[in-house]
Amino acid sequence: MNTASGCAVSEPRSHRAFPAAAFLASVALAVATILSGCTSMTNEPLFERLGGESGLEALADAFLIRLAEDEVVVATFDDTDIDQFRGHLIDQLCELSGGPCTYEGRTMAEAHSGLNISPKQFNSLVEDLMQAMADVDIPLGARNELLGMLAPMYHDTIGG
Amino acid sequence: MATDNLRQALLIIALVFTGLSAIADSKILATGGVSGIEGGSGGGVNPWALISGYGSSGEWGATAFSTHVRIDDFQLWSRGGALAYGDRVELSFARQTLKVRPLDTSIRQDIVGLKIRLIGELLYSRAPQISLGVQHKTLEDNAIARALGASDDSGTDYFLAASKLWFAAAAGRNLLTNISIRHSRANQNGLLGFGGPGDPSRWTAEMSAAVFINDHWLVGADYRQKSGQLSSVDEDDWSDIFVSYLPNKRLAFVAAWAELGDIAGLQDQSGFYLSAQVSL
Ligand code: HEM
Repeated sequence: MNTASGCAVSEPRSHRAFPAAAFLASVALAVATILSGCTSMTNEPLFERLGGESGLEALADAFLIRLAEDEVVVATFDDTDIDQFRGHLIDQLCELSGGPCTYEGRTMAEAHSGLNISPKQFNSLVEDLMQAMADVDIPLGARNELLGMLAPMYHDTIGG
Repeated sequence: MATDNLRQALLIIALVFTGLSAIADSKILATGGVSGIEGGSGGGVNPWALISGYGSSGEWGATAFSTHVRIDDFQLWSRGGALAYGDRVELSFARQTLKVRPLDTSIRQDIVGLKIRLIGELLYSRAPQISLGVQHKTLEDNAIARALGASDDSGTDYFLAASKLWFAAAAGRNLLTNISIRHSRANQNGLLGFGGPGDPSRWTAEMSAAVFINDHWLVGADYRQKSGQLSSVDEDDWSDIFVSYLPNKRLAFVAAWAELGDIAGLQDQSGFYLSAQVSL
């Protein structure tokens, strides 16, 4: 979509001549062009965009502050060794985002079994994480990418 | 009328619900969608697989909305609400009033809807969230519909909707897509009656895509095939582009530009769509 001169957006034609998919695709492309065309696209690895090791430490701390204030989930962590949790979380996020770490904690199913986590609690923790990422000024694209990597863990985490 | 009783029942349930002041807050912002013109959760014009409101398992959610569409020769008001349980089942109601300006007359239609989430989680499952919906539509003013050749004053639509959120899919932004198939006999969504000289019923497709500019703003487009079967007047597919703003889980606003094509013999109808919604 990007021309050499910058950020051109093609004119949508009349919908009448347009099949549905082409209509939606052209709108999506126009939006993507507006969003990306005028800023330089970055191919930096996710780990770097999360701020590297120190960025993830700051994120973990912001997240723990949010968790501590979250009535819906905080009691779940009553018996948890928070230092170990923090360390394992940082390693996990580091490894997932392509950083130089190895996660040595339990699997998600093992770590959360017996906690009987509800969808409501899961969503609440996701909101804490979203807020924590905003608190430490992680760029929106990196936030969304990380959320996309964590989202499939839902099924291993809840209910057990 | 059965629908009036149902509306009263909905209202009473809503009042009891607000009396209990159990305000549901258990889903991520925007995952309850916004109220569609037919009452249930969707993007505005098309219903989606989402369940209204912010209630999770074991909780209630509720929405109330008012939508106004102003196109060249028509004005449409749609008002109603939905009650949802457990992010699983949604019962909805909408009362539509279409003002036909050249004839200085109005057409009223009531829609009662039921939607059930079959499988999937918009954010968390690899497969999309898939829901089955039913909309029973009753036309209260049938003069225009009958004059144009519609055979019935009420009809039932069935639809299967699949919604999915694609993380960081559009320039790092999250992309929400929905595809639905609908079985319907409605002419112009029922406002021009049901059935006609053509086939007794028809399958149509609906598509929507929206990009989250950030957590609170969405920009997107809808395309909706139409099932109209009147031979006296043409009916075109609908398309629109929209902007939605969700400042928090209680409020949602949608502004759209809609291209609705020929309606009841009046050509090339297009104009603004504005909607406001409250969720409990
Ligand atoms: C995608 C979502 C989640 C991720 C990525 C995640 C990640 C982790 C990690 C890495 C650990 C450490 C495991 C270990 O040390 O062996 C852990 C433990 C734990 N998680 Fe999660 N978690 C998620 C969701 C949740 C939710 C929704 C809750 C509760 C509401 C929760 C509660 C806990 C608790 C209480 C522990 C400590 C268990 C113990 O001390 O034995 N987690 N989680």
